[in-house]
Amino acid sequence: MNALASIDSEGSVALGEPVDVTIENVVKAFDDTPALHGVSLDVKAGELVALLGPSGSGKTTLLRILAGLDAPTAGRVLFGGEDALGLAVQDRNIGFVFQHYALFRHMTVFDNIAFGLTVRPRAQRPSKADIRRRVLGLIDLVQLNGLDKRYPTQLSGGQRQRVALARALAIEPRVLLLDEPFGALDAQVRKDLRRWLREIHDRTGHTTFFVTHDQEEALELADRVVVMSKGRIEQVGSADDIYDSPASPFVFGFIGESSLLPVTVADGAAVLDGVPTGLSAPGAAAGPATLGFRPHDVVLVEDDGPALRGRIIAERRHGARRRLELEVGREHHRAEIDVEVGAPRPEGGRIAFRPERWRIFPPR
Amino acid sequence: MTDVTHGAPVAAPRAFVSPATERRVVRIVLVLVAIAFLAIFLFLPLISVFYEAFRAGFSAFLRAVTERETASAIRLTLLVAAFSVPANLVFGVAAAWAIAKYEFKGKSLLITLIDLPFSISPVTSGLIYVLMFGAQGYIGPVLADHGIKIIFAVPGIVLATIFVTFPFIARELIPIMQAQGSQDEEAALSLGASGLKTFFRVALPNVKWALLYGVLLCNARAMGEFGAVSVVSGHIRGKTNTMPLQVEILYNEYNYGAAFAVASLLALLALFTLIVKSVLEWRYADEIAATRRH
Repeated sequence: MNALASIDSEGSVALGEPVDVTIENVVKAFDDTPALHGVSLDVKAGELVALLGPSGSGKTTLLRILAGLDAPTAGRVLFGGEDALGLAVQDRNIGFVFQHYALFRHMTVFDNIAFGLTVRPRAQRPSKADIRRRVLGLIDLVQLNGLDKRYPTQLSGGQRQRVALARALAIEPRVLLLDEPFGALDAQVRKDLRRWLREIHDRTGHTTFFVTHDQEEALELADRVVVMSKGRIEQVGSADDIYDSPASPFVFGFIGESSLLPVTVADGAAVLDGVPTGLSAPGAAAGPATLGFRPHDVVLVEDDGPALRGRIIAERRHGARRRLELEVGREHHRAEIDVEVGAPRPEGGRIAFRPERWRIFPPR
Repeated sequence: MTDVTHGAPVAAPRAFVSPATERRVVRIVLVLVAIAFLAIFLFLPLISVFYEAFRAGFSAFLRAVTERETASAIRLTLLVAAFSVPANLVFGVAAAWAIAKYEFKGKSLLITLIDLPFSISPVTSGLIYVLMFGAQGYIGPVLADHGIKIIFAVPGIVLATIFVTFPFIARELIPIMQAQGSQDEEAALSLGASGLKTFFRVALPNVKWALLYGVLLCNARAMGEFGAVSVVSGHIRGKTNTMPLQVEILYNEYNYGAAFAVASLLALLALFTLIVKSVLEWRYADEIAATRRH
């Protein structure tokens, strides 16, 4: 088994060779209901990848298949070119951090972190002194010095999360897998831990997958984001790719705030309910399509030319600006736009606006 | 800015009573009813058992419990418990594990079957064993040909006791195992632990308190079981009489002092069980709470 990160005698973390992970056409069906429809993904050694999607998108199923806690119905998973599916979970050498941590409640922090080392067969087990040195090094790495004799129930959520990570790192995993690592924490702790996890990753260099439904978390933390929906990968890319060049209305709608309107493309421009919007649709085929724009990307215009028109049905404060909820077009489609807080309320609540940036998606 | 008016302090509303609290009178009545009930149905009988046991003095008590047939009944009771509790320990853990961790056809049937000994009269279960293993039973004659005697012998008593006490441990374990789920075991496996190590170092410690309760209750019942054992025992003095059966025999012979002496031992067992349970709960309250938490 190739050890990747090991703690040297000074207790600092030394790096080994992280592995590439290849996922080929993985299919998973639970009692005939498909959870994954042929997912393929190549991840380079040392990459930090977010599996992002709403619940039911198959992201956790994919993570569990990588771990060996579930088996795919079809497909291949390679760790560094070697078939991983043939290995039982014990032999796969992965570090798995569970959503609710799954710390062993009858063991101290020290014993939790040491567990993966102490259960090794005698021949591969490090000496007691080695285990101790390594565990204390990890406790230092996750900044829990002095808490080694505490029990999990005596720790805060954020501290438990760190113990769970240290326990997973202790076995020198080839791949680190985190299931909703910050899901059970409050907002401020989430942000701190997010930054901290990034630092740990940069220091230890594991190939890391983490599952999240929080787009902010995924975009901020990951090298690459894998957006999933209904058992399929919708898009893979950097935060910039995903945010600026969404590949589908789903990604556009799921990442960031957005309004989507059903339009028709005619003569290279978008038409909403028969009324020209003045928005060009370069390269889009004539016929039905979806117009997407972001609420903060609109300007108000005079109601005399091509524009989007709507009636305000609700408004609320949104950060530094005011968000208007509109019924747009003749068929009362819902859309949201942001305006300045001091902007005068138009007569009759009627408003004309124009997105400064927009996207036209072909029908599915 | 909000306008804040400073005026004379408003008088607090009269004695606030939490809406979820009963009125004082109701509370007192409820407490008294509970105490009266406990006194009449629990404390009074318990005290009278010990009173009757020691009425003729401590040496009479000692003589009664060391008398040959009684001493043999005590030994048999301990022997029966020594077989049936471990048997149910293994069965209870296996059944609870299967029910809590796996989905399979017939699972609800299994849960119902585990409860069967609770819902069936012990006498009936004893009779079923006679029907099975008795001299005129289905397999009794075959076994008798091989020199195996079950009914009116110790094996029958052990079998009947195992049957009657079989829900106790499984029933304690199932809810806590279901609540805990499989994540801890998955974590142990992902850290490289073998199945056996996962079981003994993670799964079992997670349920140790529930398991201990189950064992205590199972043991108390195994030693105290009367109905089923009475049917299969045959009441052979000095041979197949357990303590409860011995109490009945002594009582029927108008030997009240000795009957109550043996009965007081059973009562002591009950008290001991409760005390151990309470001490454990008090001593390990934090740890128990931690294990029960999700």
